[in-house]
Amino acid sequence: MTEPKTLYQKIWDAHVVDQRDDGTALIYIDRHLVHEVTSPQAFEGLRKAGRQVRRPDLTLAVPDHNLPTTARLDMDGNKIPIADPQSAAQLEALEANAPAFGIKYIGASDINQGIVHVIGPEQGFTLPGCTLVCGDSHTAAHGALGALAFGIGTSEVEHVLATQTLQLTRSKSMEIRVDGLLGPGISPKDLILHIIGVIGTAGGTGHVIEYRGEVFEQMSIEGRLTVSNMSIEAGARAGLIAPDATTFEYLKGRPMAPKGADWDAAVEYWKTLPTDHGAKFDKSVTINAADVAPTVTWGTSPEDVVQVTGNVPAPLSFADPSKQDAAQKSLDYMGLQSGQAMQDVAVENIFIGSCTNSRIEDLRAAANVLRDRKKAPGVKWAIVVPGSGLVKAQAEAEGLDKIFTDAGFEWREPGCSACLGMNPDKVPSGERCASTSNRNFVGRQGPGARTHLMSPAMAAAAAVTGKLTDVRELTN
Amino acid sequence: MQPVDKVEGRAIPFGQKNVDTDVIIPAKWLKTISREGLGEGAFEAIRAQDGNIFDDPDYADASILIAGDNFGCGSSREHAAWALDDMGIKAVIAPSFSDIFSGNAFKNGLLAIALPQEAVDRLMEVAKTDPISIDMQTMSVTTPFQDRFAFEMDAFRQKCLIEGLDEIDLTMAKSDAIEVHEKSIDSSQPWMTPAAV
Ligand code: SF4
Repeated sequence: MTEPKTLYQKIWDAHVVDQRDDGTALIYIDRHLVHEVTSPQAFEGLRKAGRQVRRPDLTLAVPDHNLPTTARLDMDGNKIPIADPQSAAQLEALEANAPAFGIKYIGASDINQGIVHVIGPEQGFTLPGCTLVCGDSHTAAHGALGALAFGIGTSEVEHVLATQTLQLTRSKSMEIRVDGLLGPGISPKDLILHIIGVIGTAGGTGHVIEYRGEVFEQMSIEGRLTVSNMSIEAGARAGLIAPDATTFEYLKGRPMAPKGADWDAAVEYWKTLPTDHGAKFDKSVTINAADVAPTVTWGTSPEDVVQVTGNVPAPLSFADPSKQDAAQKSLDYMGLQSGQAMQDVAVENIFIGSCTNSRIEDLRAAANVLRDRKKAPGVKWAIVVPGSGLVKAQAEAEGLDKIFTDAGFEWREPGCSACLGMNPDKVPSGERCASTSNRNFVGRQGPGARTHLMSPAMAAAAAVTGKLTDVRELTN
Repeated sequence: MQPVDKVEGRAIPFGQKNVDTDVIIPAKWLKTISREGLGEGAFEAIRAQDGNIFDDPDYADASILIAGDNFGCGSSREHAAWALDDMGIKAVIAPSFSDIFSGNAFKNGLLAIALPQEAVDRLMEVAKTDPISIDMQTMSVTTPFQDRFAFEMDAFRQKCLIEGLDEIDLTMAKSDAIEVHEKSIDSSQPWMTPAAV
């Protein structure tokens, strides 16, 4: 009998082009997503060296980070110019580079445009068992479909464009097993925030995490994407969830997914991918689903999590002296007092969006809380930014946009938006934001901005009360 | 990539420890579309101060930078290596480097040379008045005063730098193996190629 293998091992082994003596391997890359921020210098490098893109057909380009989320075309259908000259230059560079190198490009006013990690699965570009890279750390998201997906730097983007491979060292494998099921009103975002709280932001360093347990088997692809997306915040380069019937159902009929007999052959292959019984992981962590409550962050690291019904921790409650220091700095930056009840913390801004939580299910969950309600007077700015044009159209068909705008939210065009302070959507200095994004770093949402990470339903609840709120109090 | 066999010339005796990537190139320079021109933003905050070492005419043509421990810590931005290259720096000498920075430096043909603190201190002294010289063949740093400090570097990296081979060249030498892989996927998993839309 052959040695039992993990999902990670199977994908790795199937992609080794060449093995070097020092343990590194040349790994074939099946899918490459390109956006405007990390690609211009890579294309510049190709041009200087007179190189081509080896497999333009395996490459897909879309703008997302810099793009303003306000209207993109005027009344006459003409492009509205982008005010920031540097953003405009990056966007124009991608728009020119993609066709120059024969790469499919989804433009800003195309209905298929969206955040790179939303459109990969949505277009059926991301497939189980494939290797997928992008010059962005949240590429880990695509692991939700059983793809080995991770972020790379600009030199590596250039390397993949030129050779369709990467020189890599195999990571260790880590199993995060969740026992039991999530309680009512608890979302995949609460689960991943809880997991990061337990293992810490270095917990997965050097590992590829596979999420296992019944809770993931029952979870939708949207939910799995939320979980795998934040693997990087848990220190891992990639996350994985075994492909199953839910995955196949999600992918079937998507524009770039296999069709007809090819589809059947693909599904047969995908069914062989899940981790074999008895396969060994280098590290294993067990989480009890019953312990997961609606979760929010209090500090400036994604591991700084607390149940929304809890209090701001005291820095001295941490065993590690360097963590005590960091916690005090976080509290100063966040303008919080230790011991303060989280539910007393008032927020002025609400952001529902980002590659973590901008898919249709996320919008449905938030709209469910907001139906027939209005944002609190203290909430100055509340925006919903769908992850793609298709998500936006679907939400509009379901009337969700109306629920959001009636509640006092702005309904925007797809993009990264307030997830990072790179485009016009920023949180003002010193103000707080209930945000469904993935990073609460100092200045991430704009200089001096104070970010509290949470689920879409929780962000909606915060909009209604003007404070961090246990959403179960509004929905039960 | 340009082959680097020898780097000779004046060195900037900067000496600062824990120089992070934000000091090397501030975040506002990340929204560019070229590797060129970044030298203008290099060490911007330091250069805003009167009498700073980077604008000292003595070091105007320096090709070497001498720094303290843990050079290049902070983010993984490759712009740090690009900015140094664009300001004419071919080599950085320091007691230690962040791993990510030395990886990025290597990828861009910039030498990141680690030497013991005493050697770095001595080079800082010499740099004030005289040129220094780095030889990649003998893996040593020398001065006009008979100083000679040997450094270590992975043999693979040494070869790549001397021959000016970048990682893409090395991988392209494996084109046959890549093609074999592509052919086998085309026949066993034809559905791997995305449907054209
Ligand atoms: S939404 Fe945020 S995390 Fe996701 S790709 Fe955009 S900037 Fe990165």
